[in-house]
Amino acid sequence: MPRLVSHPDEVKIVTRRFGQGAANIDRYLELGGYQSAKKCLEQGPDWIINEMKASNLRGRGGAGFATGMKWSFVPKQSPKPKYVLVNGDESEPGTCKDHLIFLHDPHSVIEGTIIAGLAIGSKLGFIYLRGEYRYLLEIVEKAVADAYARGFLGKNIFGSETEFQIITQSGAGAYEVGEESALMESLEGKRGVPRIKPPFPAVVGLYGGPTIINNAETIATVPHVIAMGAESYAAVGTPRNGGTRLFGISGHVERPGVYELPMGYNLKKMIYDVAGGVRGGRKLKAVVPGGSSTPVLLPEEIENLGMDFDQVGKAGSMLGSGGVVVIDDQTCIVEFALRTISFYQHESCGWCIPCREGTDWLKKTFTRFHAGFGTASDIDNIQHIAQNILGRTFCPLGDAAAMPTLGFIKKFRKEFEDHLNGKPCPYARHEELAAV
Amino acid sequence: MSSETMSIFSPRLAARFDALVAKYPVKRSALVPMLLYAQDEIGYLSDAVIAEVAERIGITELDVRNVATYYSMLRFKPAGKYNIQVCTNISCMLRGGYDILDRFQKELGVGHKGITSDGVFSLEEVECIGACCWAPAIQVNYDFHDELKPELVPGILEGYRAKAGFPGDGSTSLGRKAEGKAPHA
Amino acid sequence: MADVTFTVDGKKLTAPAGTLLIDACRKAGIEIPAFCYYPGLSLQAACRMCVVRQEKVPKLQTACTTQVAEGQVFITESPEIAEARKGTIELLLGNHPLDCPVCDAGGECELQDMTFKYGAGESLYAEAKQHREEQQWSPAVFYDRPRCILCYRCTRMCGEGMDVWALGVQSRGVRSVITPNGGDRLDCEQCGMCIDVCPVGALTSGSYRYKTRPWEMKHVSTVCTHCADGCRVTLGVRQIDGDAVIIRSDNRDKGGINGDFLCAKGRFGFDFVESRERLSTPMVRNAAGKLEPATWAQALAAAASKLKEIRETRGGASIGVIGSNRTTNEENYLLQKFARTVLHTNNIDHARSTDYAAFARALAGHKDKTASLRDIAAAPAILLVGGNPTEEHPLLAWILRTNVRLNKARLYIANSQSIKLERQAKAVQGLPPNGYKDLTSILDRNDSDFAKAVMAEESLVVIFGSDFRGQGVEDLVAWGLKRGPNPDSVRFAIVGDHSNSRGAADMGLFPDLLPGYVPVTEPGAFAEYPGLPAAPGKTLPEMFAAAGKGDLGALLVVGANPVGKQGMDAAALKNTFVVVQDLFLTETAALADAVFPAASLYEKAGTVTSTYGDLQLVKKAADRAGVKPDFEILVRLAEEMGADVKALVPFGKGGVSADLGQSRGAQAGEADRHAVWLAAQGLEPRLSPLDPLAVLDEIERLVPGYTLDRINLLSGNDVRTELGAAQGRSASSSDGAGLIVPAHDSLFTSATLGRYSFALKDLERHQTQAVTESAAD
Repeated sequence: MPRLVSHPDEVKIVTRRFGQGAANIDRYLELGGYQSAKKCLEQGPDWIINEMKASNLRGRGGAGFATGMKWSFVPKQSPKPKYVLVNGDESEPGTCKDHLIFLHDPHSVIEGTIIAGLAIGSKLGFIYLRGEYRYLLEIVEKAVADAYARGFLGKNIFGSETEFQIITQSGAGAYEVGEESALMESLEGKRGVPRIKPPFPAVVGLYGGPTIINNAETIATVPHVIAMGAESYAAVGTPRNGGTRLFGISGHVERPGVYELPMGYNLKKMIYDVAGGVRGGRKLKAVVPGGSSTPVLLPEEIENLGMDFDQVGKAGSMLGSGGVVVIDDQTCIVEFALRTISFYQHESCGWCIPCREGTDWLKKTFTRFHAGFGTASDIDNIQHIAQNILGRTFCPLGDAAAMPTLGFIKKFRKEFEDHLNGKPCPYARHEELAAV
Repeated sequence: MSSETMSIFSPRLAARFDALVAKYPVKRSALVPMLLYAQDEIGYLSDAVIAEVAERIGITELDVRNVATYYSMLRFKPAGKYNIQVCTNISCMLRGGYDILDRFQKELGVGHKGITSDGVFSLEEVECIGACCWAPAIQVNYDFHDELKPELVPGILEGYRAKAGFPGDGSTSLGRKAEGKAPHA
Repeated sequence: MADVTFTVDGKKLTAPAGTLLIDACRKAGIEIPAFCYYPGLSLQAACRMCVVRQEKVPKLQTACTTQVAEGQVFITESPEIAEARKGTIELLLGNHPLDCPVCDAGGECELQDMTFKYGAGESLYAEAKQHREEQQWSPAVFYDRPRCILCYRCTRMCGEGMDVWALGVQSRGVRSVITPNGGDRLDCEQCGMCIDVCPVGALTSGSYRYKTRPWEMKHVSTVCTHCADGCRVTLGVRQIDGDAVIIRSDNRDKGGINGDFLCAKGRFGFDFVESRERLSTPMVRNAAGKLEPATWAQALAAAASKLKEIRETRGGASIGVIGSNRTTNEENYLLQKFARTVLHTNNIDHARSTDYAAFARALAGHKDKTASLRDIAAAPAILLVGGNPTEEHPLLAWILRTNVRLNKARLYIANSQSIKLERQAKAVQGLPPNGYKDLTSILDRNDSDFAKAVMAEESLVVIFGSDFRGQGVEDLVAWGLKRGPNPDSVRFAIVGDHSNSRGAADMGLFPDLLPGYVPVTEPGAFAEYPGLPAAPGKTLPEMFAAAGKGDLGALLVVGANPVGKQGMDAAALKNTFVVVQDLFLTETAALADAVFPAASLYEKAGTVTSTYGDLQLVKKAADRAGVKPDFEILVRLAEEMGADVKALVPFGKGGVSADLGQSRGAQAGEADRHAVWLAAQGLEPRLSPLDPLAVLDEIERLVPGYTLDRINLLSGNDVRTELGAAQGRSASSSDGAGLIVPAHDSLFTSATLGRYSFALKDLERHQTQAVTESAAD
């Protein structure tokens, strides 16, 4: 069972029911559950969307798109049915927040989905969980069945004339399906290859109908925003970055875990204070601030870094999925880069040339390089390949591979050069050469 | 196809599939979960599974294969009764994921995608499984085991071996002949 | 859509709003490179080669997915763009084998061309390329994964274009691979379109691979000799041992009515030309009753003297002539003129596959009521009655599918059997096997969804075939002609079987009809024909009946096999002097007293008319020692018989010295430029009686409906003929309805010709196995 952690600086909004048995519907109701959905049913779509806009809630999947804005793009009238799609394909390395939401508070996702459905006039929502989360899917399925049994889902939700249904769906192993249009493809029983945009899902989405796709954390946040009021929620965070964020701190820290902290919380404090500092009293070497696709930051870059979309962006990286991966000074950055790029090579859907071929050549080059067989031109070649991927791929996965790669080279060029000069790191796994 | 007609699946799963295809606005939406559930029961996606799934959804076998081969959890050869999936992605790697993998390799005598000769275990190095804050973590079939240490590995194996009805001989190294490929192949 | 104006590379362009930038640019002569983009197929945006810079947009945009709008500004070539394209090629070349020297696609490879243009001449990688063994999927299709750049043209062409869906993409990432539906084998129509659209050498053709380099071939654009749809084929020809040999047939020249399309027969079924069974020397039956090789002079003398003798002793009416469905219009015209003016007989016929004569009779006086293939391709609504185009008329099926897919045309199908095109149909009307005659009343009753939908169409193309004959054709056409005042309210197309079946009918290979369906009994018809017999002659079965009774002294058979294919009694010819011109020693030729080895359609010049009335130029591609075009054989036969050759072939008028290819070998391209110029100047280049274009002049002058757009024709385009040109005439003396024997060729059969194509037989065997195997599962 994943360990729950706590810290005084936390502002528990989304996590407030964690560890309290809220997967049980009665317990969820005792803890104030489904009141937000009822309120939204009374207030109507325009009110909901205004609240969402006022809350400054931004998408928790990684791109940070304003949620209220996204919902407002859905046409009011549509000849085709509209859909809500909850993205629980949590797969970005360093990220495990949705894991806890599904485990501890599945009804918040259901309630958020209902609210999203009410906001855009949809009658059907899907909650898509990555295939590996089977035990969580079973928890969510049970919660959905309970919600149906109570009349919170179905033809007449909460006794109203309004219909809303939820279907749960399992993936089967594909990071790329976390991309919203690939998610729709997967849900339609196809290969998880993204779609050409435009048209955007809000106009032409699942089964050709207008669709909003939100990250599970975003959706789970929605009932809380309604409950506490948009302005109170917005007040928690920084300007344009409303509320809290579930930061998953992993790697070389004393107390790894998922912490709910206000947007804009200082990263250095997050590592040293909240997560107990670098493990074993070692020194901090680098931080990946928002999941494996975000460029690495050096200790000096996090001194005054507030963790919100805008500040991290300004620092040359991204807030991403909120997965903070802490790297100590005993770590070989070349190996870390290799492991990162291996992931993207494995997960590239193969659709477009730069990502398919580029991630493969990066992996091959990194593998050889890390094993101590690099050549002087490799460092520039790695940069060159990453540049050929960056901004040129069909979907963001290419950038997700290229950006961290460029970051590692830029910030740790010296370490790469050391590898070249016959100083392979003590941790080099030379047997990898067997695979080359 | 209804559950009464010839099916390679158990009546319960066949009935579940009947319900599944009826659930969605479009039948084909059932494909990915159906493949995964079929694999859970049969062990892998055999030609017969592909053919029946194609028929149930009403698409060609080629279509089914195009989709099935895309998803990394789906396999076309049998795995062990307990498929051990060791995450070595960044968060797990930083906390010793490779040591866990090494230990499993040593204990089982098989490498990545290998199966023990008794068919009880198979081993896989996998990408991030969403347990980064409780690293290093593995999945055995769908069960998570987190905050692992190499010395916990034999106990985990013993537990599953007992469940499989094959109590171990007490030695930590099972010493069975490797069928799989070399590590990191 | 309204036109919008936008700027590309500083040039102002105008196109309808929403046009894809790549299309708008290509139309304006601005080439934007692309691997995955293919006109008419769904968009992919996968290869990232078509990236362009759009003003005020941060990232490079793909031209294949950018829809033009007013005021946009684009740059399509700049250092930044060249760098991006070069980068993509570099990545591709990382795994793409540099086996260009032994790759079939070398020299016509889009990746090669792009590398040439953008550079990427240096390899940045030290690792080995991914290698996988080449796979043979069928006798026609080989797949080499390392060369594949995953542009998905093949999968889309097979699925969207052909509606076959036999190719898929499997696995993901760098392990992605194109996979055929049979796992390791391809169970499909074997059209080879996947090979054609492959921009590199990943998909190669079983018949062409490792044969030659593209630049070693001369590429001759001519017309396919198999079915009646009139596909343009490009024949790749190479000189081998003095012969010009066809190495490849494909669709390089996409300007034909078939556009991109070519079927298995057109692509692979050319090898009959090189069959070992091909006749290459004349033969004459000796005193012992055996056929033995002879010189042309001997054989011509033997045939001519006997024909002359029979004409003079027993009269022309005791001679019969059977013409061909695959010879050119000029040859067919010449054959009937030879029969009527030299042999003095109206006993001339051909194996009829559909009732063109009844169609012409029904349309007499109604101009512009036939549908060319281009009309069908653009028709908003089509009523397809009977037949199975997917099998028998692959181009028609392609055109119908494409029109439905891209133009949202409405296809209505009435058929006694279920056919694959129903997948594209808006409505289907089932009919009992003999129920076609009831179709018009079903429609007129207007009480079914099908009838209502069809009747509500303002403009309709009606396509039918041999399910309608004689009066049935006339009734259907009469029904259609009653439809509404809209000039396009109805157009008709009738489908027959072979490459020039329509031409055989149009050129008067009938006992009762002269060229242009003019009855032989019509007073003053073809008055300039010397000694034209007045009475209708015998039909093909009647000739055999007469022969059986000893009333047929001689029979001249040109490119036909009535004994083998029409089930005529071989014994009937026991006492008949038989002369056969053919490619092979067919069942009929084996009975002949004199056999002349004839050139195939790929070895001669002239014109053919598709079943839709589209006339196209046939160009000489191959050259084979020993054979002669039927045209030349007939002229020499006439000459040998002492006929006035100049009356038969009106050559040499005007005295201009030029020679249009026929006698000069395969310099078709050169001949064209002469012809276009001369025709434009109104000059007459016909130099010798062996030039078929001399006969085309006469056809144009005498045959109703064959007023041709000469310049367009000689430029290589299809031009239309007009079936309704003939004025209304009384029904001809005999009703041909009973004489129709449709061939029902499949995708891999082509009447007698198909038997001599190893490639087609091989494909048929492969597909039969696939069917048997899947049945056994």
